Amino acid sequence: MSKVRIYVPMDSSAVAVGADQVARGIERLARERQREVEIVRNGSRGLFWLEPMVEVATAAGRVAYGPVSPADLPGLFDADFLGGGKHKLALGRPEDMPYLKNQERLTFARCGVIDPLSIEEYQAHGGFRGLAKALHMAPAAIVAEVTESGLRGRGGAGFPTGIKWKTVLETPAEQKYIVCNADEGDSGTFADRMLMEGDPFLLIEGMTIAGLATRATKGFIYIRSEYPASFRQMNRAIEAARAAGYLGSSVLGSGKAFDLETRLGAGAYICGEETSLLESLEGKRGVIRFKPPLPAIQGLFGKPTAINNLISFASVPVILDDGAAFYKNYGMGRSRGTQPFQLAGNVKRGGLIEKAFGITLKELVEDFGGGTLSGRPVRAVQVGGPLGAYIPADGLGVQMDYEALAAVKGMLGHGGIVVFDDTVDMAQQARFAMEFCAVESCGKCTPCRIGSTRGVEVIDRIIAGTNREKNLRLLDDLCETMVDGSLCALGGLTPYPVQSALRHFPEDFDKPSRKAAE
Amino acid sequence: MASQGGADAVWDAAEARRIMETYQGLDGALIPILHALQDRFGYVDDAAVADIADLLNLSRAEVHGVITFYHDFRRRPPAAHTLQICRAEACQSVGARALEAHAKAKLGIDYHGRTPDQRWSLEPVYCLGNCACGPSALIDGEIHGRLSDERLDTLMREAEAGRREAAE
Repeated sequence: MSKVRIYVPMDSSAVAVGADQVARGIERLARERQREVEIVRNGSRGLFWLEPMVEVATAAGRVAYGPVSPADLPGLFDADFLGGGKHKLALGRPEDMPYLKNQERLTFARCGVIDPLSIEEYQAHGGFRGLAKALHMAPAAIVAEVTESGLRGRGGAGFPTGIKWKTVLETPAEQKYIVCNADEGDSGTFADRMLMEGDPFLLIEGMTIAGLATRATKGFIYIRSEYPASFRQMNRAIEAARAAGYLGSSVLGSGKAFDLETRLGAGAYICGEETSLLESLEGKRGVIRFKPPLPAIQGLFGKPTAINNLISFASVPVILDDGAAFYKNYGMGRSRGTQPFQLAGNVKRGGLIEKAFGITLKELVEDFGGGTLSGRPVRAVQVGGPLGAYIPADGLGVQMDYEALAAVKGMLGHGGIVVFDDTVDMAQQARFAMEFCAVESCGKCTPCRIGSTRGVEVIDRIIAGTNREKNLRLLDDLCETMVDGSLCALGGLTPYPVQSALRHFPEDFDKPSRKAAE
Repeated sequence: MASQGGADAVWDAAEARRIMETYQGLDGALIPILHALQDRFGYVDDAAVADIADLLNLSRAEVHGVITFYHDFRRRPPAAHTLQICRAEACQSVGARALEAHAKAKLGIDYHGRTPDQRWSLEPVYCLGNCACGPSALIDGEIHGRLSDERLDTLMREAEAGRREAAE
């Protein structure tokens, strides 16, 4: 019998639920049963409730099984899963599953499909075509294409990527830098991690195009230390890309130089803020910088720097390959293209959902997500990470779009969506937002450094019913000071979750008097 | 999180110096050096501060400032094992608060504490990117998801027995 190709994700989330043990178990059983197998450690398709999801390449295409535990393996072998046999964990062809079929995967088209470290497979699935085009374009033409696509920064701020690159291109300097912000610290987000683990060449391609567009010859990828597997995978991919001539002093013999290095963060949420990240890359405390000067003019080591979120870079190859018009055709209003939404928390089918902007939160949580994991009613959904607003169950009709979310005092952030059921205590969530800000504040500005600690104390007094009215007013005032007076988004947005919790769930902040009234 | 509990290397100034020199040439070398030292020794000894400052032409205050700014870097050897529980919202929504209460009660310590027998230290971590498979924790740097109290107990027992790999 010929060798059977089996895919077992190396994605950190799959590993967290036993993928390594499953891979070892398959190897051992195949040996015992004298079957020849080749195990590919792919990325995840992003159907996390099914992880570890094992796929087998059969004559009829790939078929999936999941969630697989080591204990299921003897039964799977008995059922001839190597030939695509029937089994209670059989899921059929992944691309036929509604969760994947109903997505619009441009950026994540290859993630979970290919061997992440195979340049040949990357190319066979459309990789490096955007770069090939960019190599024959003038920098200004690349910038124009990206601007025309309508791509906006996927880290949260939503600034037009093309405009940023134009500034870098037009700022004269002997050395310019490309910096990738892979300090994905928002709870409920994992898109950066999935891509680094599952399709690392895409990031390399996107950053190289950025280098060509801005005449920057060196790039850094700043990866948070909570993602050690991503760090290792990126390093391996960079080495392979360099060996194949995609990075170095003459990219693919073009005479244009671009090279990449990785750096590991050290556990500081604030380093996801771009100026703080630059300080950290320079080897300093991750204390934020005043703006201006913008990093595009004076960034890393004082040089013009295009610093973008990982997903922004990863969106660029398809824009170059298929054209700005193709990309722009997706989306709504001023939010063009697709967004990898990350559905997480108390949800039945959590995972990565890449869709055009404009899908409603309800469609994501209910149609894709299937409601809560606990089976209880949804009470609140936090969109956009720890600085994002809590949206109540009756507000889920909101469309996922930068402006539509801003209109309900929310924000898209990095696209993380965390679902809570009706057991959540929203006063505790508000308190946590302040506590988190206190833990992670860089300390440079007073509203954030001191305000967050005072915020925890004031919320504690409100929860305890001490001088309630007075403390509610004080909290309002404090939030206003933080929003208006903080230097960056950490202090400036922490009031979002706090005030949205207060606005939509005031009853949770008034338990003593409610108890007394009962 | 960097290196984890279980590193039993004794601080060796000469070896530390060699590690520093290996990374000295990198742009922004300080954090890579600190990571490399902690990977090797499990912590960054205060004795390293002057050496690093000298090598990178920084003040000792700057080096000390960086070590203490980041949550990852430890200034004393870690306990034999490290448990880091994710405290972030996605994990909270599926029971992380109960899990952390269980761990604190079981170990008899709070976050940033270590057991008197030096066996476990308990640290918070804010998001491991495992948000669709929570609650999550790291045990000696290895990620685990969909944790229950019982599952955590089992994994901690296995870590203590050091037989996780052997059992498979």
